[in-house]
Amino acid sequence: MSVLAAVVLVLTAVGGTAVVVTREPVHQAIVLSVFGLVLATLFVVLQAPDVGLSQLVIGAAVLPLMVLLAIAKVRGRERR
Amino acid sequence: MTRRVRVVVFAVAAVGMAVLLVWAFAGARPFGTSIHPYGDLAVRAALEQRATANTVASVTFDQRGLDTMGEEFILFAAVLGTSILLRREPDELARTVGEEGTEDRAGSGPTPEMVRLFGYVVLPFVVVVGIYVVAHGHLSPGGGFQGGIVLATGLHLLYIAGDYPALRRLRPQRVFEVSEAAAAASYVLLGLAGLAVTGAFLANVLPYGTLGQLASAGTVPLLNTAVGVEVGSGTVLLLAEFLEQTLVLRERSGRPDTGGSR
Repeated sequence: MSVLAAVVLVLTAVGGTAVVVTREPVHQAIVLSVFGLVLATLFVVLQAPDVGLSQLVIGAAVLPLMVLLAIAKVRGRERR
Repeated sequence: MTRRVRVVVFAVAAVGMAVLLVWAFAGARPFGTSIHPYGDLAVRAALEQRATANTVASVTFDQRGLDTMGEEFILFAAVLGTSILLRREPDELARTVGEEGTEDRAGSGPTPEMVRLFGYVVLPFVVVVGIYVVAHGHLSPGGGFQGGIVLATGLHLLYIAGDYPALRRLRPQRVFEVSEAAAAASYVLLGLAGLAVTGAFLANVLPYGTLGQLASAGTVPLLNTAVGVEVGSGTVLLLAEFLEQTLVLRERSGRPDTGGSR
């Protein structure tokens, strides 16, 4: 295993844990986005750029956006 | 279930899982070796027989096109389910877009000028990149799925720029519903064409051409285009449902808030 792969694997483990221990939903969506970026890097380092590209657009952009919109909807309901 | 019982149940499950994982990993090949029997065969088939420079695209759309069709319909079903769940209920009020609260990115305040400029300037480049990624899916990393999502998220730069009315005008939901369904159907029709010509569903019926040319790899670019339109339209519809819920739909006033239960 190359040093780069080892470093990104450790970052992936740290990122996944960070998502779980972040309890505030808005913060969690942001951490999830960063974790998506780390995961995309891991796929590219392991020579799977196709999967990396999918992970980048889904994990770092679409999924956190959907979570944030859902939170905004729920909070808007609570405010009234 | 008391806390003690929960901890015991978790401990038993965690230990069992750990044992199974260690057992499985102990029997796996070491990480990062160069022995890939299936990979060697798939790459040879892609390059020597099927003139597909991106061997991954050859596996997903030519050698195992049926699996990709299954994935495409998973997304189709997910978008359909979301649309049904988030549909406008009779007791919900659709506000006029432009009214206070529909343009301000869900209460995050007015859009800073720099962000607004960024959205408008980057949008056309992202659309070009998306089309490139779909069109070159058989040549370079990417393809219909990745390019379709890039196109769909690119449109939402208008939302980031704080111009939700413009985004709404650019994505008439009826049109995207039709294009999503038509693209999903065209994947199946290309499969049926293979069945009619060669007797095998999704068999590649077009000439393979020269490796590395834009017009090569037979039906792979066509299937990529079908998936690109399907995934792009589906993602636009999916985000549209969430955006409408957040920005436009409100429960009618005067009713007690039921807290989401119906």
